[in-house]
Amino acid sequence: MSTTAEQTLTAAELAAVRADFPLLERTVRDGQPLVYLDSAATSQKPECVIDAEQDFYLRRNAAVHRGAHALAEEATTAYEEARETVAAFVGVASDELVWTKNATEAINLVAYAMSNASVGRGAPASAALAVGPDDEIVVTEAEHHANLVPWQELCARTGAALRYLTVTDTGRIDLTSLDVITERTKLVALTHASNVTGAISPVTEVVAAARAVGALVLLDACQSVPHLPVDLKALDVDFAAFSGHKMLGPTGIGALYGRRELLEAMPPVLTGGSMVEVVTMTSTTYAPPPTRFEAGTQMVAQSVGWQAAAAYLAELGMPALAAHEAHLTAHLLDRVRTIDGVQILGPSTPEDRIGAVAFVVDGVHPHDVGQILDAAGIAIRVGHHCAQPLHRRLGVQSSARASIGVHTTIAEIDYFAEHLARVREFFGRP
Amino acid sequence: MNDAMTQLYQQVILDHARERHGYGLVTGHAGESFQVNPTCGDEIRLRVHLDTTGPAPLLERVSWEGMGCSISQASASVLTDLVRGVSVAQADELAETFRELMNSRGRSLSSAKDEMLGDAAAFTGVAQYPARIKCALLGWMALRDALAHALTQAPPAEEKNGMNNDD
Repeated sequence: MSTTAEQTLTAAELAAVRADFPLLERTVRDGQPLVYLDSAATSQKPECVIDAEQDFYLRRNAAVHRGAHALAEEATTAYEEARETVAAFVGVASDELVWTKNATEAINLVAYAMSNASVGRGAPASAALAVGPDDEIVVTEAEHHANLVPWQELCARTGAALRYLTVTDTGRIDLTSLDVITERTKLVALTHASNVTGAISPVTEVVAAARAVGALVLLDACQSVPHLPVDLKALDVDFAAFSGHKMLGPTGIGALYGRRELLEAMPPVLTGGSMVEVVTMTSTTYAPPPTRFEAGTQMVAQSVGWQAAAAYLAELGMPALAAHEAHLTAHLLDRVRTIDGVQILGPSTPEDRIGAVAFVVDGVHPHDVGQILDAAGIAIRVGHHCAQPLHRRLGVQSSARASIGVHTTIAEIDYFAEHLARVREFFGRP
Repeated sequence: MNDAMTQLYQQVILDHARERHGYGLVTGHAGESFQVNPTCGDEIRLRVHLDTTGPAPLLERVSWEGMGCSISQASASVLTDLVRGVSVAQADELAETFRELMNSRGRSLSSAKDEMLGDAAAFTGVAQYPARIKCALLGWMALRDALAHALTQAPPAEEKNGMNNDD
C-alpha cells in the first residue's frame, strides 16, 4: 500500500466516524470504556446500517421476486439495488454476485456445485467444474477452516486429491511451493488476507500459476474487502467469497462472486422456490444466475443493511481508510513487538498486511491474556481463530489477536499495549 | 491489576497453574480419557489408577497431561489432590459438586459443600465468566469419563466432549 499523509483520515474525520457507532459509547466490566479490537471477528455497526435495516422493515417489507403489489416491487428494487452497490464495491457486475448466508456458505456453494457437476448435473455445460480421482484441489496452510474443510469434503466425495501451498515461518505463502499447482489442479482456493497473521497473499503469483495450468481460483476475501480497496476483476480471480458482518454490515448475509460464464455453467445447490423456471411433477428448469443460487425467501433487510455499510465505506473512501489503517497497524506492530516476552505470529512489519495482529505471550495462555485485557475493557480474540493448521505450522496451539477497525484510535492501541505489557507480571512470569 | 482479576485468579489457582500436581502420565491405569475444548484447542489426557483390594474400589491416584489456560491446568491439578484415596462414589460426588459450583454464577455453595471442595472452592469466581467454565470443567469431565471406562472395562475412547465450536 502506498500512502500519503493527505489520504488518511483527519482527527476530525475519525472523531466523526466514532460518533457513528453507538455501541462504542458503552462500558463493560464495571464501567470500563470499551476498546474494541476484534473487528476481524465481526465489525461493529454504524447507525446508518442499523437505520437502513429498520427502515426497510418499517416501510418496505415484502417478499422479493414474487407478487406484483407495490410493496413487493419496492422490496425487490431495494434488494437488487443493494446487490448493485455491493457488487460495485468489489468491482464486479451485479449479475455476478450471489447472496448467501455468509462467506462460509459462499465457499460451500462452489464446492457443492462442483460436487453436483462431478456426478453430471448441469452437463455438458458444467463439465469444467467436474472433478474426479485424477484431479486435485489446491489450498494453503494459511486458510480459515471455512476455506479448507469444504475442499476436504469435496475431495472425499469425488476422489480428488487435496494439496496445499505451504507458509513460511513468518506466515507468508511460500512461493517455492507453487509447484503443487500442476496440470491436475482444477481449483486453487486461497485467502486474500489471513485472519490470523494479517498477511496479504501473493494473489498475482498464485493466479498466474493457476492460469498457466488452466485451474480456477477462488479467493476468500473476508478480511481484505473491509480494509483495502479490492477490485476482483483486476485480481482476475474466478470466484470470491466475503461477508457483510465483517465490513460494518449485518450478520446473516454474505456473497459469492463468480465469473459470469462460470455461474452460468454451475448446477444449483440449494433447490426449491424462487430459483426455477418451469417445474413439472418430474423435472425442473432453473433460473439464470444469480437467482439460480438463491432458493427460498431471501435476506432482504440484511442486503439493504449491507448496502448502507458499503456506501458508508465508499463515502469514507477505501484508499483513505486503507492508508489510515496502515498507519494504525504500523503503530500496533511497533507497540506489541517491543513488549518483553511477546511474539508476533506472522509479519511484524506493516508491508503487505492488514491490521489483524496475532501474538503469543511467553508462559501465559492466550485465554488468560484475553481475560486480563477484558478486565480493562479491551476486547480481543483468543483461541485458534478457526485456523488450527496455521497455528500448528507456526508452532503454537493458539494465540491472542488484536484487530483494528475503522474506528480504532492510536490512544486505544497505546491503552491496549500498556495492559498487555503487564500480563506476564500478573501471572508471575519473570 | 484490578480486583475482579485477583478474585478470579486466586493465589491457589496461580500456584497450581505454575506447579501442576499429578502431571505426567503413569502406566498401570484402570481407565483413561482424552478431552478437548474445540473453542480454544485445550486438551487433557487423564488416567485413573484404582485400588480394588477392598470391598469398594478406591481411586488410588490420578495422572494427567495436557495443555491449556491457567484455569484448566490449575483445575486438573487441584482435582488430583482432592480425589487421591477417595472412593469412586466420593469422586463422583466431588465432580458433581464442582459442576454445581460452576453453574452457581459466582455464588458460594453451602459451607459443607465448600469445605468438601477444599482448594477447588477457589474456582468460585470462574462461574462469573461463562466462557471460562468449560476450562475449569475439562479435567473433571475427563475424570468422570476415565472412571466410567475403568468401571465398565471399556477401552479408552478418543472423543470430544461435545462442546460447541465457536465459529
